Amino acid sequence: MANGMNRVFHTTGITKVYRTGEVDVHALRGVDAELYTGEFTVLLGASGSGKSTLLNILGGLDHASAGQAWFRDQELTAMSERELTRYRREHVGFVFQFYNLVPSLTARENVALVTEIAKNPMKPEEALERVGLTHRLDHFPAEMSGGEQQRVAIARAIAKRPEVLLCDEPTGALDSNTGVQVLDALEKINAELGTSTIVITHNAGIRKMAHRVVHFADGNIAQVVTNDSRIAPSEIEW
Amino acid sequence: MRALDKKLFRDIRRLWAQALAIAAVLSVGVMIMVMAFGTQRSLTETRDTFYDRARFADIWSSAARAPKTLVEEIAAIPGVARVEARISQFAVLDLPDMSDPAMAQILSIPASGEPVMNALIVKEGRLPGFGRRDEVVVNEAFALAHDYGPGDGFSVTLNGQKREVRITGVVLSPEFIYTIGPGSIMPDDERFGILWMAEDVIAAAFNLSGAFNSVTLSVTRGTDLEPVRDDLEALLKPYGGTGSYARDQQVSNAFLDGELEQLDVMARIVPPIFLVVSAFLVNMVLGRLIQLEREQIGLLKALGYSTGEIAAHYLKLSLGIGAIGVVIGWLMGLAASQAMASVYVEYFHFPYLVFVQRPSVYVIGAAAGLLAALVGAMMAVRRVVGLSPAVAMSPPAPTRFRRGLFDRLIQVMRPQQPTMMILRAIGRWPLRAALTSLGISISAAIIVAGLFMFDSFDELLDVAFVQANRQDAILEFAIERPEAVLDAVENLPGVMRAEGSLSIPVRLHHGHLTRTIGIEAARPGNDLVRVFDGDDRVEVAPEHGLVLAKRLADHLDADIGDILEVEFLQEGDTRYRVPITGTVAQFFGLSAYMDMETASGILGHMPRLSLANVEIDDARREELFEAVKASPAISGITYMSEVRRGFDETIAESAGITLTVYTFMAALIAIGVVYNSARIQLSERARELASLRILGFTKGEVSYILLGELFILTLVAIPVGLVMGYGMAAGMVESFKSDLYALPLIVTDTTYWRAAGVVAGATIVSALIVRRRIDRMDLVAVMKTRE
Repeated sequence: MANGMNRVFHTTGITKVYRTGEVDVHALRGVDAELYTGEFTVLLGASGSGKSTLLNILGGLDHASAGQAWFRDQELTAMSERELTRYRREHVGFVFQFYNLVPSLTARENVALVTEIAKNPMKPEEALERVGLTHRLDHFPAEMSGGEQQRVAIARAIAKRPEVLLCDEPTGALDSNTGVQVLDALEKINAELGTSTIVITHNAGIRKMAHRVVHFADGNIAQVVTNDSRIAPSEIEW
Repeated sequence: MRALDKKLFRDIRRLWAQALAIAAVLSVGVMIMVMAFGTQRSLTETRDTFYDRARFADIWSSAARAPKTLVEEIAAIPGVARVEARISQFAVLDLPDMSDPAMAQILSIPASGEPVMNALIVKEGRLPGFGRRDEVVVNEAFALAHDYGPGDGFSVTLNGQKREVRITGVVLSPEFIYTIGPGSIMPDDERFGILWMAEDVIAAAFNLSGAFNSVTLSVTRGTDLEPVRDDLEALLKPYGGTGSYARDQQVSNAFLDGELEQLDVMARIVPPIFLVVSAFLVNMVLGRLIQLEREQIGLLKALGYSTGEIAAHYLKLSLGIGAIGVVIGWLMGLAASQAMASVYVEYFHFPYLVFVQRPSVYVIGAAAGLLAALVGAMMAVRRVVGLSPAVAMSPPAPTRFRRGLFDRLIQVMRPQQPTMMILRAIGRWPLRAALTSLGISISAAIIVAGLFMFDSFDELLDVAFVQANRQDAILEFAIERPEAVLDAVENLPGVMRAEGSLSIPVRLHHGHLTRTIGIEAARPGNDLVRVFDGDDRVEVAPEHGLVLAKRLADHLDADIGDILEVEFLQEGDTRYRVPITGTVAQFFGLSAYMDMETASGILGHMPRLSLANVEIDDARREELFEAVKASPAISGITYMSEVRRGFDETIAESAGITLTVYTFMAALIAIGVVYNSARIQLSERARELASLRILGFTKGEVSYILLGELFILTLVAIPVGLVMGYGMAAGMVESFKSDLYALPLIVTDTTYWRAAGVVAGATIVSALIVRRRIDRMDLVAVMKTRE
């Protein structure tokens, strides 16, 4: 519980309104959230429930319409574009549903993209070893399977030793076999490096491997559940 | 190497065809800059050095016969630094290696042994010795044309006396960098030479001992030339002075200036066109690339790359393309400079023509090329800056098509859906469509502007040789002769008809504008040499009036009906008021025409002739030549068919090259624009086109949708380009206009068709290349990719 009391993120009354054409879409309606250091947190919820928007704001990719968000004692919602870039560069690792690898760079080079601008990175080879891709170092994205590509993306995210790892539907585009490999990699990183990990998913099965599960509905948090016991990724029913 | 830079290189490699198409257009701009600026600078510097070392004169004048004692008075004119009095005559040459008579200008070398001004550079041998009656030096071009050197000899008719002379040296003179005989329009080094002989020898031959008929002056730095010229003319007037001129009207220098001016125009006008087109292409291609890489940009931002770093990445990409273009441009510029140098060596006779490859020219070329790429990129990269990472990573919303006026217009036409797609695409991105079309137009315009000159030359030749100058030869008299001389001319073997005219040096005044020219006085019935007004009617100088070349009238800001004041330079100060009764189209020189009776009346003597135009029986040509060579009264002959042949040869020589170069440049632009447009369209619409294929559209139908837009844009672009080309041609005609010559503005249908054909051809070739990609499109793969 010592870990649990140490907040990595907290927000108060975060609101996000998108204007698309004539309609206002309320993606977040005053969210108060707390997320803790070292924990593996899963954000669950239907499409459009606001979980991605919250993740984007926490990751410094998007601005809130109202409310405040903090990373430790720094207020993200008060940061300038330049400060946000710095914040992302130093503290955050991202994993996206569609991997977002640069197609013209090999696995090793995709990871190097990050290690070259990070302060205290691990070697690209080490990062790829952690996700079990030592044999794929010099392959281009097009030469790898979806699961492998996603693991390159994870290696790229963790290579800078970020404090938080934000994953938006990391298994969304994968089948169960490769999905498990990816979750294994995430679980391993979380355990070995103590990186606070936040995973967005549609797949309710995944919640069982989390320390904490946050349920979203209609732009707000509906329920927060703490798991007393967690299961391994391989035990997840897909 | 940084990972981002690796991406850069792989991007360039992946886009090589498009990158190369852009680089090629850019390289032409760089090439022309390097070539034109480099050549212009080299030429200017060589000329200035030559003029300086050889003490090129500032003012020239001539008189019939002025006493040498006048020299001191001329030297006393304020501002005059040096004076050189000399003798200048024309003479017919009889050369052992040529049956046609040649013609020469003979200049005297002072007793001191060397001219004080317009120094001769001895290339071979030595200058003639004082008192050596048989020694001459010749200009290098003439020597080269005949393969003459010291020791070779020929005969020359000096004031009716034929004598054998021997070449002691071959020289170059700053006065004859470009040598062109009187009445000629092209250099003909075989038939026109410059000879220098010791002054005492020429003076004795022409009865000019103690006198001179030509004088050159140099002035101290910063002296205003006009007052000096006025004083000089006043001093020479009593001795048959014919007015004076400065460097700008010195023939060799004027031609050189004209050439430098053309290079300058070329360096200033042409490269910007190519650079702007390449900037546009960079903008277009990079804009599309950035759109395609939205997600990667968003990702890089998410990873912590700053906007500046990402923008720099894309700017580097454009600089990479720019660098390729610059290097190709440098190499082509180097080759083109050398080609130009060899042309100049042929026409301009410098003691040395140093084509220094100046680094500054290359640096400027590179800077301009890279700047163009950068400006094009900048406009595209602006979009990167505004992209928020979260937005970038979500797929772009479908392009919004609006139902605007244009759309309603399209609907009225009720086209089929594919055509509808084409028209909507044009209506949706009207600026892009317009710019693409404009790029293609420029390509057509370049061809018209490059090739119209041959149309103009045709017209010029037709007017000059078929309509106006119908004589076979011009015989020039050593001194003016009474009209009765024509009978003697007609008695020469082979002469079928002879008509005479008199050239009278005058100064025309209109308001504050003045011009020194020669009036051609002739009989109204003359038919061998005619002049034309703008509408091709034969214009005859009326009894009391003056007919002016249109350009001369423009110079004087005068028109038909205006009164000019005419000052006869060999007479008193009286100014005669003469109305302008007509203007004529004339492409060489600035002339005015007057009736012989009127002119003689003013001059107060019986009609006299300075030349005869003759019609020749070609079969008896050789006999005539022999007679001319032997005749003391004839100081020169210009054989018109030779003039024409020289002109034709020169044009034919350059026609092939010019045609190739302009077609190549235009095709580069057309292909650059069309190919890149098509590739971008293909990339933007791959999914849409693949969907259509899946729905059952054929490859042909799908290609139609993609390429139809380009064909429509090309169709619009061609007429616009032809009009632009005409405008460019008009601008060129205007900028080439000088006292020496002017080009008529003629663009024939052939030229228009050729331009349209090249552009259409380039469009079709580009389309076919892209069409192959459509045919090979992997439908499943295209549909799977997320856009």
